[in-house]
Amino acid sequence: MSGEGSSMLANANPHIFQRSGERLWTASDEDEDVHDPIDDREIFDLIRSINDPEHPLSLEELHVVEEVRVQVNDADSTVGVEFTPTIPHCSMATLIGLSIKVKLLRSLPDRFKIDVHITPGTHATEDAVNKQLADKERVAAALENSQLLEVVNQCLSTKSL
Amino acid sequence: MMEDSLVLVERFDAHPDSRCWHVAWNPTGTVMASCGGDRAIRIWGKEGDSWKCLSVLQDGHQRTIRRVDWSPCGTYLASASFDATSCIWKKKNDEFECLTTLEGHENEVKCVRWAPSGNLLATCSRDKSVWVWEVDEEDEYECVTVINSHTQDVKDVVWHPTRELLASASYDNNICVYKEDDDDWECKATLEGHTSTVWSLAFDPSGQRIASCSDDRTVKIWACRNLDGPGDMSWTCVCTLSGFHGRTVFDVDWCPLTGALATACGDDGVRVFKEDQATDPDKPVFSLVAHISKAHSQDVNCVSWNPKEAGLLVSCSDNGDIALWRYKGGQE
Repeated sequence: MSGEGSSMLANANPHIFQRSGERLWTASDEDEDVHDPIDDREIFDLIRSINDPEHPLSLEELHVVEEVRVQVNDADSTVGVEFTPTIPHCSMATLIGLSIKVKLLRSLPDRFKIDVHITPGTHATEDAVNKQLADKERVAAALENSQLLEVVNQCLSTKSL
Repeated sequence: MMEDSLVLVERFDAHPDSRCWHVAWNPTGTVMASCGGDRAIRIWGKEGDSWKCLSVLQDGHQRTIRRVDWSPCGTYLASASFDATSCIWKKKNDEFECLTTLEGHENEVKCVRWAPSGNLLATCSRDKSVWVWEVDEEDEYECVTVINSHTQDVKDVVWHPTRELLASASYDNNICVYKEDDDDWECKATLEGHTSTVWSLAFDPSGQRIASCSDDRTVKIWACRNLDGPGDMSWTCVCTLSGFHGRTVFDVDWCPLTGALATACGDDGVRVFKEDQATDPDKPVFSLVAHISKAHSQDVNCVSWNPKEAGLLVSCSDNGDIALWRYKGGQE
């Protein structure tokens, strides 16, 4: 996993987008007797506030993550997230993907199978990044690296929205 | 129709709040060793009807222990860790002590295995290399070869059951087979065919074939015609089991007693395949004869057949569990 910092920004001038509104709550959401399956919006809410590694912006504000690129199947216990690096040569892509994966691993019940991929056609080395993110052994080893873990935790630290 | 011939015998929490990566039978099939993300090795023995933890080996490794393997004599245990080292443990009475730490790999060691002779040990790592170590009578370990035939992370190394022949599986999607040549180990065949990481390998009991399993969700059977020839070996894929596994296949094990092939899968399933006896040996057909779809509540990382008791299978999972299964089709 690459995670080295750099004084040169991979993308010095990214497009910035508006954040989406808060989730609208319905009566059944608050009814404890109704089973609420985990849905796309819930997953999106978990990952949209992740900090970009090099800009003081969230992944949502950079359109790195979008609700339409989240696929949840609660019955099958699968979650698929596609993320879109801001530029095709973004050196931070693996770190961003790892942060999304770690956030979901920490938040979701253990039964879920979590797949994080780059949006097809949006990164120069998408196959290599996807393969690394899918390899749980390499992810586990990366997360035992305290320096890398600290960088991931910085991406996941909550900032006031 | 598939008969439901895999029955749960026992299940226990082996590495609480952690991942159980691997579980290995000792050569007599009476004791198991398991390892995991908690950096501990646990030794399991049967007391009465159930399996109990006999000892916990800690302080050997600083990071995840990926793999454990018993020496053919059953006195030594080797462990491979993400901390870039392998430890050799020696059994004294009922205790294990760490004899030595094998250093040299640049980063995570993914696998360690003893050769059937007990005189050689192989390790592999994310640093893309396979190391062969020689053991002398004074329990000294010396690296005799570093092989760099893979272009990526090496996930597994496995010895031939009777010959001094070694095979390795890699993130580069390939399998390499090595032989000793003038005191040097050389790659004599590269088996290409998987379309993603090859996670694990197993020789069949005769040593004529290798089963491999992969992130491409298939299992492949490879056969060799010139195992003993002097030059390069010729291995060909004679069978591909596709459409059976829902996610990455992490482990495969070929039962030395029954010939049944078991797989551990990221879809939480444990499966057993059996070769159809009537088919052409050059085009073998394997049938799924048992499948437990939720064998564990999370990914299954390892399956291992008991070396002495036909049909007894152990599996372990990301949820820290070990499960024992009885395969009932074993005696037909």
